[in-house]
Amino acid sequence: MSSQTNGVASRSSQPVKETFRLGRFVRAHAPQLGILAVFFTLWIIFIVSAPGTFLQPQIYNAFMSTVPFFAMMAIPLTMVVIAKEIDLSFPSTMAMGMVTFLLTYNATTSVTLAFVVALITGIFIGWLNGIIIVRFGIPSLVATLGTQFFWRGAVLVLSQGVSGSLIYARASLLYPVLAGKIGGGFPTQMLWLILITILGWVLLNRHKFGAHIYLIGDNIKSAELMGINTGRTRIRVFMLLGLVSAFAGVVASLHVAFFWPSLGEGYLLRTLASVFLGGTSVFGGTGTILGTFIGAFIIGAIEAATVAVGLTGFWTQLIYGLIIVLSVIMHTFLSKRME
Amino acid sequence: MEEYRLELRNVTKKFGEVHALDDVNFQLGRNEVVGLLGDNGAGKSTLIKIVTGYYQPTSGEVWFNGEKVDHLTVSKARQLGVETVYQERALAELQTLWRNIFLGRELANRWGFLDVTTMRQETHRLMTQSMGFTSTAVNPQSRVGTFSGGEKQGVAIVRALYFDAEIIILDEPTMGLSLKETAKLVNFVQDIKMAGKSAIFIDHNILHVYNVADRVVVIDRGRIAGEFLPKDINLDTLMEKMIRVAETGSLD
Repeated sequence: MSSQTNGVASRSSQPVKETFRLGRFVRAHAPQLGILAVFFTLWIIFIVSAPGTFLQPQIYNAFMSTVPFFAMMAIPLTMVVIAKEIDLSFPSTMAMGMVTFLLTYNATTSVTLAFVVALITGIFIGWLNGIIIVRFGIPSLVATLGTQFFWRGAVLVLSQGVSGSLIYARASLLYPVLAGKIGGGFPTQMLWLILITILGWVLLNRHKFGAHIYLIGDNIKSAELMGINTGRTRIRVFMLLGLVSAFAGVVASLHVAFFWPSLGEGYLLRTLASVFLGGTSVFGGTGTILGTFIGAFIIGAIEAATVAVGLTGFWTQLIYGLIIVLSVIMHTFLSKRME
Repeated sequence: MEEYRLELRNVTKKFGEVHALDDVNFQLGRNEVVGLLGDNGAGKSTLIKIVTGYYQPTSGEVWFNGEKVDHLTVSKARQLGVETVYQERALAELQTLWRNIFLGRELANRWGFLDVTTMRQETHRLMTQSMGFTSTAVNPQSRVGTFSGGEKQGVAIVRALYFDAEIIILDEPTMGLSLKETAKLVNFVQDIKMAGKSAIFIDHNILHVYNVADRVVVIDRGRIAGEFLPKDINLDTLMEKMIRVAETGSLD
């Protein structure tokens, strides 16, 4: 944009201003618009190639039932990545939360207390990750690679590798609230995902905490020079992810009314893929909640779509890979063009 | 006894075995502009980072307005009215202009929720009134990484001024600036003086420092080598002394 409008801008007529604003809007929201374009393109492809599946409400109900389990965690994971950190331990946190849930239930027969203890476990695991990373200066990739093994190991030791029924929890209020159905069809976990997404957006964009996350990921030295407590903020981001992971673990387990010691193992790469597909930069400092939310549903839909379109399940991973790589290239291209 | 705006008493800062500062005494008076001169690695940046709370002194005391301050942190120093324009500018280049202006000092309510509207409006006002941005391509939502060197420096300076600073520290502010921008900056230091505030001005260019400072302090190898009043010494003599101190460690 040239400076030809210099000095005229303040007096310019309404239409000129409007077009300028549109340009500004596109620039400011390029990553979200990019992922939305990918989303709608894929959706149209799915509908055209498998109308029998993608024009029926059942498939969307299925997505809303299963996608939230990992999409919930993708929201705080987005914040972790924006802060230029990473966490690989959240799938183990899901399972460890359920182990303390079961231990508490067996000791007290209180489902509510068990739920609270599971959440506290998640916060504790996140706090410990943060302490290892911030106080000992260990890169988060390595630190959480370690804690991921440690907590999965703790799950196996404490549960002796035994899975167990949670059928008793179905009688408690917790089940309809966390993993029930509203009006006979709409899954409540989808409502929780929407709530977490909105809270995540507010926290990231309208709260000091989020402002500091962006600044830390962008330039941690600047953040420190300007008086931001970068250590405390980073520890809190990990605690938030721990909390949501334990929550997602309880929701996912209640959904099937069963505890598997391998709970969460399939979610690591899907959750990470949702974040990066959504346009969050691996270099920190940029990323959006909306992008992650849409990214999670794209990831969730690919598996069903592959089969519905008539390909065998063997194709799923190949298509995952293709869409992730193409989207990340698109995001990099967009962010360079929009400078 | 005269009460200084800022005083360092016997401050020593060690990084391992390296003495970055060795038993330094430094005073900054009210409404005084002190120029800090010294070669690379003399300890200028370490000294100001102690004043801003970024580094903790290994030993010694920091006093503000006649009161000793223990465990000075960056946010405590900012509350005491210290604002800094850092050599490295301390900007977050992927973030918008308004987020950079309010970096670390976001306007928020007591629950920490941001007042985005006010911050954007204030940024717009500062841009047009103080930064002299006229280009329509620059607005509070622009990313700072797209700005020129002079514009970035303008952001760092306006940020320091916005928050009612009492002590303004300028660490190599003319680095990477054009001649015109440099002249503007020197005027700006004079404005600080006119506004009744204090400043510490660090620059490689002795001429800039000589012209605006009330007092010039020379640092060499972590020690205060000497201090001069510009009215008592001419520029050539000061330059000779600077070269001598860098070579021999002694001013005379």
